[in-house]
Amino acid sequence: MSTGDAVHDAPTGDSSNSDGTSRRYFLIQATSVVGAAGAVGAAWPFVSYWSPSEKAKALGAPVKIDVSKLAPGEMLSPIVAWRGKPVFVVRRDAETLASLETNTEMLADPDSAVAEQQPDFAVNAWRSERKEYGIFLGICTHLGCSPKYLVTDNFVETGQGGFFCPCHGSRFDMAGRVVKGVPAPSNMEVPPYRFESDTVVVIG
Amino acid sequence: MAENQLNQKPVESSGLMSWIDARFPATETFEYHMSKYYAPKNVNWLYLFGWLATFVLVNQLITGIWLTMNYVPSGDAAFASVEYIMRDVEFGWLIRYLHSTGASAFFLVVFLHMFRALAYGSYRGPRELVWLIGMAIFAVLMIEGFFGYLLPWGNMSYWGAQVIVSLVGAVPVVGPDLMEWVRGDFLMSDVALNRFFALHVVALPIVLLGLVFVHFVSLHHVGSNNPDGIEIKKNKDENGVPLDGIPFFPYIVVHDVDATVRFLFVFCLVVFFAPEMGGYFIEKPNFEVANPLKTPDHIAPVWYFTPYYAMLRAATFPLFGMDAKFWGLVTMGAAVIIPAALPWLDRSPVKSMRYKGWPSRIALGALCVSFIVLGWLGLQPATKTYTMLAQLFTLLYFAYFVLMPWYTRVEQTKPEPERVT
Repeated sequence: MSTGDAVHDAPTGDSSNSDGTSRRYFLIQATSVVGAAGAVGAAWPFVSYWSPSEKAKALGAPVKIDVSKLAPGEMLSPIVAWRGKPVFVVRRDAETLASLETNTEMLADPDSAVAEQQPDFAVNAWRSERKEYGIFLGICTHLGCSPKYLVTDNFVETGQGGFFCPCHGSRFDMAGRVVKGVPAPSNMEVPPYRFESDTVVVIG
Repeated sequence: MAENQLNQKPVESSGLMSWIDARFPATETFEYHMSKYYAPKNVNWLYLFGWLATFVLVNQLITGIWLTMNYVPSGDAAFASVEYIMRDVEFGWLIRYLHSTGASAFFLVVFLHMFRALAYGSYRGPRELVWLIGMAIFAVLMIEGFFGYLLPWGNMSYWGAQVIVSLVGAVPVVGPDLMEWVRGDFLMSDVALNRFFALHVVALPIVLLGLVFVHFVSLHHVGSNNPDGIEIKKNKDENGVPLDGIPFFPYIVVHDVDATVRFLFVFCLVVFFAPEMGGYFIEKPNFEVANPLKTPDHIAPVWYFTPYYAMLRAATFPLFGMDAKFWGLVTMGAAVIIPAALPWLDRSPVKSMRYKGWPSRIALGALCVSFIVLGWLGLQPATKTYTMLAQLFTLLYFAYFVLMPWYTRVEQTKPEPERVT
């Protein structure tokens, strides 16, 4: 509490140090740094506490989908949920697949340049691992509504079926690619998935 | 601050602070409570427990808020939600153990804080209100602890609450109806759980914070006591600064930070290595869900209630036409309330134990011993011998208070020094 010790301990001859102020500054700063590190460490559990719990993680575990009964042109129904989000599984016929590669001039991001919207294996014209099966999170990238599957109501421009969001009119083609001039900023998200067999796909 | 208010003496500040100070007394408040609040320079380690109590209060508030994020106050889900916090929530076990250990730590530091007041006469004038507000804090803290203990909805929670709520039934005439009103049901059910939850997490913390605030305000108005029990405000320099005072900020604050680190060493050892403390902090039957059809073999409250529980059980005979149960309630209530009368029971010309005589010292020693022995007895089954011991030490506990006007007046005291030593 007294400055007496600092005066005696200070090295003589150094004028900036003779009153112990630089030593004091060093101690204050060292204490502050250690204290700040401690505060971060103490805050860690409180921040982590808000992360998904083991129960939430278990509920968010991968889901298996059987696609054996899905006919070309159809979307899997009822819609399955992965982490509580709707997953659209569509089987595209050869005509649609061909159109996906050629009809791109009306699309905002035909080459899937936005990396976080799909796993690497889905960076291709049909945005899927297997050409036939398109698997997307059924959530509009605008404000999170779930789009409608409008395979019969073809896009006039391309002759494809696609997804139409009823909330603000965003449109996506049969590969979940967003059309130019709609509110949605990016393509529909492709969840991570793998085919366990020819008919069973594991999402997540 | 009185001078500031009367003379409108401007506080010195610049830049952003002067803008704020023109609209809010920020610098003035900081100076009044911190940098120009003068604490006696001879305060010792016993004066750290007031700060530590505040620190534990903050711990309880933060961890408590975090626990409510996952706790479910319902008879069907409460126990499972606590297990969920313990097993599945990220760091849930740590947050809960910080809260449950914090409850025990709270009472430990508050008991030591109160012992300090008894030893140095901190309850004496002009600090009577500081003391009375402190007693109110202690009472609210006990109720808060009791309500909180029910929330995990373990079997000990359940039956502990059952026993304490049944005490209300000892009130003459209206007792049984009152008991039903408190429970909101014919037995302890999740009706009681829900209202205890509301009181524990909302109502009582607000009351507690309000009381702690006025505890500080009244303390800073009259100034801190010290181990010599003399007023440092009697000796001031030409600027009105007590000669034996040092600014609370930074000097006392640095001490308190140091004490916090030491406290956390011990506290964390318990949290990480012995959070149940062998069944004293979290009792073993509480790992079983509440069962209204099966009482645990041996019921004991958590350790910080056991001295009062032992006094409750010590009343075993009817008196003046009232039954033993009633007198048990009266004894326990009186044991909690009677320290509030200390400012008027103590007739000694000196405040501090340093200058009081041997009768006062022996009396305080006897009080501490009886409190600890009663605390131990409250954990034991009520055998005949133990009950007699409890009766003896209950008398000893009350003797400290009841005989105080006598022994503080007749004893030989030493003269107080003019300045702190």
